[in-house]
Amino acid sequence: MMINNAVIFIVVSIVLTFVSFLLDKKKTIAGLRKGLKMFKGIAVPFLNILILVSLALYLIPQTLIIKYLGVNSGIWGLTLAAVIGSIAAIPGFISYPIAATLIGQGATYTTVATFMTTLMMVGIVTFPLEAKYFGKKVAALRNGSNFIAAIIIGLFIGLLL
Amino acid sequence: MNNLLAKHKQYIWLACYLVATVLSLLLGFNPGKAVFSNFTQFFIEMVTFIPFLFIIVGLLDVWFPREKIEKHIGQDSGIKGIFLMIILAMLQAGPIYGAFPVAYILFKKGASIRNVFIYLGAFSSVKIPMLGMEIGYLGVGFTLARTLVALPLFVAIGYFMEWYLKDKNFRINSL
Repeated sequence: MMINNAVIFIVVSIVLTFVSFLLDKKKTIAGLRKGLKMFKGIAVPFLNILILVSLALYLIPQTLIIKYLGVNSGIWGLTLAAVIGSIAAIPGFISYPIAATLIGQGATYTTVATFMTTLMMVGIVTFPLEAKYFGKKVAALRNGSNFIAAIIIGLFIGLLL
Repeated sequence: MNNLLAKHKQYIWLACYLVATVLSLLLGFNPGKAVFSNFTQFFIEMVTFIPFLFIIVGLLDVWFPREKIEKHIGQDSGIKGIFLMIILAMLQAGPIYGAFPVAYILFKKGASIRNVFIYLGAFSSVKIPMLGMEIGYLGVGFTLARTLVALPLFVAIGYFMEWYLKDKNFRINSL
């Protein structure tokens, strides 16, 4: 799944570059230069974030998540789900199997939805990078409002399903 | 000296990680090896994705003048602008940090603050490749319910951010 997406993305960008080159050589080179400049600026911060994400994934292993979120429900389960989801930075191909396991173990939909939503929308680990783009205050505001939204989503899903 | 340290902080962190990883591999330190195996996986995800993302962002920058884009996703774009942002985000893939450079270029091209944050919200939670996986693991019901509850909430967050940041000289850095 991940590989397929990457292949589609790479093919699309190569085709676009080619078409752009045929249309206007100068513009294309200017565009590629701009892209390269932005990439250079962010490459090392990106690598650092990857290190943090790898550490977080190791320190919060799947077994631990399943152990705690599988059995806790109510306010405690909701809080735990929101906090773990915000700290952990687990990519989709790992987090969906975890979520399915949690449901299988009897976790509530509220817990699972809150966990998945905070995973997607709130990122403590990626915060330093986000702050570089938007500034600390705005990044904190975005994460904070998304954290609240994730809890609302979890509660609604619990009511709906 | 302090200044120098601050400037190279990002390299120091990277160098420490490299040393720790080489030592872990040499001495057979298992936690270090496990972190490295995670890192390799994320690294592959990044190199197959991020450089191409910047190609597209760069081309977008030279081909589309601000006036043209601003009309569709700017301050006065209304519901159509919101709709376009959500569609754009749905068509994408990859981790959230890939969305920040796109947010930068959108804002530079005149997207309203509201639409930038609606884009980020939609990017984090309704990308089509991700929805496919979600349906596979958690079912259509769960996915549909989550998406329908999430959509109005991140539109609301977009309006909230715009209301809060309107007169605060908000900008997005290109790095």
